[in-house]
Parts: sequence; C-alpha cells; structure tokens
Amino acid sequence: MSLTDPTPDGRFGDFGGRFVPETLIPAVLELEEAFLEAWADPSYRADLDGLLADYAGRPSPMTECHNLSEQLGCRLLLKREDLNHTGSHKINNVLGQALLARRMGKTRLLAETGAGQHGVAAATAAALLGMECCVYMGEVDVQRQELNVFRMRLLGAEVRTAMSGSRTLKDAVNEAMRDWVATVEESHYCLGSVMGPHPYPWMVRTFQEVLGREAREQSEALLGGPPDVVVACVGGGSNAIGIFSGFADAPTELVGVEPAGGAAIGRGVPGVVHGMESYLMQDEFGQVLEAESISAGLDYPGVGPEHSHLAAVGRARYESVTDAEVVEAFQLLSRAEGIIPALEPAHALAWVSRERASLAGRSVVLNLSGRGDKDVAQMMEILA
Amino acid sequence: MVPYLTGGLGDDWVETARAAAAAGADAIEVGIPFSDPVMDGPTIQAANDLALAGGATPVSILDALRGADVGVPLAVMTYYNIAHRMGLERFADSLLEAGVSGCILPDLPLEEAEPWLEVAADVGVESILLAAPTAPDDRLPRICGRSRGFVYGVGLLGVTGVRAELAASAVEIATRLKAVTDVPVLVGVGVGTPAQAVEASRHGDGVVVGSAVVQRMVDGAGPEGVGELVAGFRAALDTS
Repeated sequence: MSLTDPTPDGRFGDFGGRFVPETLIPAVLELEEAFLEAWADPSYRADLDGLLADYAGRPSPMTECHNLSEQLGCRLLLKREDLNHTGSHKINNVLGQALLARRMGKTRLLAETGAGQHGVAAATAAALLGMECCVYMGEVDVQRQELNVFRMRLLGAEVRTAMSGSRTLKDAVNEAMRDWVATVEESHYCLGSVMGPHPYPWMVRTFQEVLGREAREQSEALLGGPPDVVVACVGGGSNAIGIFSGFADAPTELVGVEPAGGAAIGRGVPGVVHGMESYLMQDEFGQVLEAESISAGLDYPGVGPEHSHLAAVGRARYESVTDAEVVEAFQLLSRAEGIIPALEPAHALAWVSRERASLAGRSVVLNLSGRGDKDVAQMMEILA
Repeated sequence: MVPYLTGGLGDDWVETARAAAAAGADAIEVGIPFSDPVMDGPTIQAANDLALAGGATPVSILDALRGADVGVPLAVMTYYNIAHRMGLERFADSLLEAGVSGCILPDLPLEEAEPWLEVAADVGVESILLAAPTAPDDRLPRICGRSRGFVYGVGLLGVTGVRAELAASAVEIATRLKAVTDVPVLVGVGVGTPAQAVEASRHGDGVVVGSAVVQRMVDGAGPEGVGELVAGFRAALDTS
C-alpha cells in the first residue's frame, strides 16, 4: 500500500535528483547508504519505534468531527498529528534522522525552519540525544513565530537568523546548505520536508509513512475501509506524503492544498533549486520567486519532487486556498470541535469547507499536521 | 589568474572586465546572478542582489558581452536553474553567440551533469567542473576526465569569500588534482590576496579570485580600482 520508490539516481518520474555542490556529494551518498543500512537493522528500527511510542506519543488518534461533519455535510475525520510531542508531525522525521546522524558519528544537527515546528522538533531530538543543534530561520519568520524561537533556545539550540533574500523558509534552506558545505564533516543536515537532494525526499517520506499506516488502519476501523478523500496541506509536502502513502493503493482521491501565494504546483513550472528538480515558482529567467503566505510553514516557492510526480501522473491533485479562507477555517475548527489547528493544516480544512458541495455525503480524512498554539499570537493580531 | 566579477553589477561592469583583462587577467569569469546562490558567501550574495535589483538578467548580461571585445577568454558562472529555464541548447548557443567559451555551474555535480555536458560539447562550450576537498581519490580522475578548459579546485570546505589565510585544503586539492590530470588546475574559493594566490599557484596552475574583486566593485572602485587589484595579483604571480 505504499508509494513507489525513486530510481537509484533519486528520481520520481522526471523529478528529484541530487543538484548539490560537489562538496556535498560524498555526504549525500554516505547518507543514502547509512539510511539503507540502518533501515534494514532491527536494532535501529526498535530504537526508533521505541522513541515514537514512548517519547513522541504514537500512535496519534483519529478523531471523527461530528459537529463539523454535520455543518459541512461530509464525514470528516482528523488524523491528530497535532497531539504528538512538540505539536506536529515533524517529530516523526526528526527522531529518525537524529538517530541516524548519531549512528553516522555526527555531533551536530543542522536544520531550517519556517513556522518553527521542524526547528523545535530538531532541537528536541538534539537535546534528547545529546547533540549540538543549529537552526536557521528567516528574519520574517523569527518575528512572526517568536514563541517557537524561544522554545528552540530553551531546548539548547542555537537559532541563526537568515537575512538574505525573502528572509523566509527558502532563505533558511540556503543558509543551512551553506553551513553544511562548510561543516559537512561533523554536521548532519536534518532537512524537515520531503525536499532537497536524494535521498532526502525518499528518506523523509519513509519516516513519515508511520502516520499514513496508522491512518489507513484507523480508517478501516472507523469507516470500514479507506475514505473517499484524503486531504493535507503542502509546503514542501512531508505531512501530505506521509498520509498519501497510506492510501496510494486505495481508490481514495488524494488532495494536496497549497497556499495561493506559494502554489509551486499550481503556479510553477519545473526548475532546480535546493538540490532537486521539481515544480518551482520562478520568473521567465529562472529567478526563484518569493512565496507569500500567512503560514510561515508553507511560505515556500518549491515543493517536494514526489508531489510534482504525483501531480504529473495524476495520482494526486493540488488545489490552493487564500489566506482569508485559512483564517476562516482556523476559527471554524476551533469553535466547532474545540481543536485549534496550526495555520498549515487550516489550509486543508479551508479547501474542505469551500468544496463542501462537491464533498457532500463523502468521507474525508484530513491530516491535522500540527496544533495552533504557535499561531495564536499572530491570529490575535489578525482578528483584532 | 582569473578574476570573477558579477555581471550586471553597476553600469560599468563590462568596462571593469576590460580593465581586468588589460591589467593581466588570463581569462575572466562573469557571474550571472541567481536568486539562491548556495555556493556563495555574503559578498557575492550581496552583489547578486544588487545586480538583480538593478534589472540584470541572463539575457541582458550576455547581450552586453556580445561584441564587448574584452581581449581574453570569457567563462560564465551561474547556477543550473538559469540554464534549465532557458533550455540547455538555447543557453549554450547564447553563450557562444556572446563570445563566452566556458561555463561553470557549481550546483551541477557529476551525477547530474551528463545532459548539460552533452549539449555543451555539441555546441562547443567548455564545461568547467568543480572538484571539492571532500571528493574521494577515485572521484577526481572522473571529474577531470569530463572537465574542459580547466578544472576548478574548490579551495576549502565552505562558500565563496575572502579568508585571513589560505586553507591547507587549497594546497591539498591542487596537489591531488595535479597528480591525476593534465587539464590545467585552477584553485578558487578562499583565494583573496596576492600572497594566497602565489601559494595556491605553486601547487596548481592558477587561481580564481572572486569575492576580493567583487568587494572592490561593490565599494565603487570602478574599472580602474579593479584593474589595480588585478595588476597586484599579476605582479605577485609573475615575480614568484
């Protein structure tokens, strides 16, 4: 019931690859080998499963939204990644990579972060495993996600502000890659999404498949089979690929929801940045455009290569919603179900809400990838 | 001695290229700015941003080079997406038409280079490949075997920028490359002073000097100031 693996050179159809400076090639080759070896090692898997269960709190539940279902006219279920330790699905990937990095003898974790969820997760794993951690975050995001910056520092991580370009997630990735080029011998780049050079899109997907497997089982139990629709927000696309992976073989419609201001698939054309060939928002000369979204976690002009592939072959479709629709959805879930979502999965709900007519009578599993605590201050200003 | 300068930076960058050639540069590397230059440090990043803000595009830069008659061979350095977006054949053709004989794409490693290498060879543009200090021994001859014009030895673990001292890795990569190839070996990244250039050239065949030149441009030194800088490198290399 899984998605297909990439080719040996890291391609999902026409997308993916390893477009990194020569300096990093030995590191990505070594990482691929180490990941394959670890994944096949029962003791590594036992360590990871143990941490996922006893530290991160897996499995996460699936919640049927009775109130909202009645309001919208579909049967809506939420995969509750918001209930994980650190508040999002990011912990699944980070625990896998941190264990792997330690096994590879690396002493320092490098991470980029947008909303701060991945940065917090990386800082958490580093604290747990006794590693150094350095998180790059765009200046704009440092300002709008102040709470997560403090949280990372509290966890012992160093947060470095990315001042270049659009000063958001894209630039945090650039800075993390520059750091990695200089410190590759001791640092592991703990990339937070299904993007970057091979093996990252594939490795991060593998670490996120746990949530898809659980969601599939929970759907069987609650619905008696797979749902009609699975929907998730897409920035780089790790939570979406995680949940899609559980339903790839089912007759389930897979829908990824991008922010209107960062719709790589919706508005982009194929390009190459951050180590991968994928859909990319860029101008006619190949300069990458700045994304603009209310959500720091989705404020990214690119997308993971496997999503580009799924879009190209038609296995998943990608829609976009506006910031105003997201603000509505954020409040809708809070009031109807007593669950404050992160702004990222509020995108998925915004789509469900808008499409309620076409979804009438159908079952929908939505990946609630994170909780909204981090966004409360920002929403307080928006709703004032 | 190959100075690097950011294309489209200021109104007099072509004149700056001519001045650098007149001051003794053997060839000139022209950067086509890209929005996300992951191999570049703060100096070249800032120059990139300035040039882009000034309206520079790959087309405007190549147009300016066409018929500029700089007097020495020209190579461009840019990132792969610029070539990808234009289409590899059109990109190679437009380099040739602009009188550019070589091309360096620092985010295109050997594993991904094949489509570009084939197009460039067909069109007659020399693809200069980079070799990094992290490369295992068996990788270096493979890189040198595909590199045309010269091979670019990356002098240190890190991005472009001037450092206080030449890294030991610069000497090491030059020595390792010279041991496996007859292709000229130029060392770049972290070569910022005449003394560093002299030391690196002792082990290789020359140097690329980027951030030091670009900083001079950003400071407003103009063609004359950059010419003086290049002449300083030239003199040091000639008397060493």
